[in-house]
Amino acid sequence: MIASLGLILFCQLVGEAIARSLALPVPGPVLGMALLFVVLVARDRARPWAPAFLTSGEVETTGKSLLAHLSLLFIPAGVGVVRNLDVLAANGVALAAALVVSTVLALLASVATFRLVSRLTGGG
Amino acid sequence: MASGDFALWVYLSRPPLLWLTVTVIVYAAVDAVSRALQRRPLTNPVLHSVWIIGVLLAATRTDYATYFEGAQFIHFLLGPATVALAVPLYENRDVVARALAPMMAALVVGSVVACGSAILIASWLGAPRGTLISLAPKSVTAGVAMAISEQLGGDPALTAVLVISTGILGAIIVTPMMNALGIRDFRARGFAVGLASHGIGTARAFQVDPVAGTFAGVAIGLNALLTSIVAPILISWIGR
Repeated sequence: MIASLGLILFCQLVGEAIARSLALPVPGPVLGMALLFVVLVARDRARPWAPAFLTSGEVETTGKSLLAHLSLLFIPAGVGVVRNLDVLAANGVALAAALVVSTVLALLASVATFRLVSRLTGGG
Repeated sequence: MASGDFALWVYLSRPPLLWLTVTVIVYAAVDAVSRALQRRPLTNPVLHSVWIIGVLLAATRTDYATYFEGAQFIHFLLGPATVALAVPLYENRDVVARALAPMMAALVVGSVVACGSAILIASWLGAPRGTLISLAPKSVTAGVAMAISEQLGGDPALTAVLVISTGILGAIIVTPMMNALGIRDFRARGFAVGLASHGIGTARAFQVDPVAGTFAGVAIGLNALLTSIVAPILISWIGR
């Protein structure tokens, strides 16, 4: 558990360092995600040499427990929104309409494109 | 002099313990109700926890800075949780690898529609340029969205409000909408909600299906990257 947590934090740290130093438009933790993915795949290629915590399924368990309550993690930022709703006062109607319609359109466009290309490329 | 009860209150209300505890307990209660109601979309745990805590803060005249001293420990876990998205991605890597072409196509179309339609609609309704810029990255994960907004001359605080609102909206809309459209491909459903509604949409996707959650997680990263390229272009076209 603690070694896995260390690995996850380390991946985030490396991700943040790369994102900041190269001024990349990708969040550090997303690069950390890519790095952890590479670590997991590399582990399978070199199982005999991998440390025990990597092969025992511990990283998977720790990762899943962090994700089990993903909604909880958005609450502090969400409360900030409730406390700052006055920034919406100036253009409230335009913004509300834009958010609702645009979210529906974005969902529609993405899902339709995904299904279309999936069928065209024989992915079912 | 503080009398007994009041002194205890003053001691206990010192951050970070009080508001950290409140956040976890309110979420646990709301989540239990949401579970009991079969995770119906309108029982979204983020939505209800946020307004309940907002009411508690207002009732106790607590400012957000004080609240955040406690809540920051939860907020911090967003980073490690994002890294942990590698685990479902790893477990579903074959499914993801086989869907590269549909993902890339959906990314390009979805990203342009998410950003462009928002700017267009708000522009028609008379929103000024600064507001349009703040709105443009609303589908992107908060940290990157605020950076895009700031770089283009928007208001990062307004962007944060719009990003979180978009997340909650998408998380509520996605399931009834996809069911009504008869779309049973959880790869496509997940990718769409991750693209349109970043992490909050991804949290919803994981409630519905692990494959949907995996694809949503991939979409967060890809859309952050693409929107940072697309948003400045669309703003210069539409944003007058």
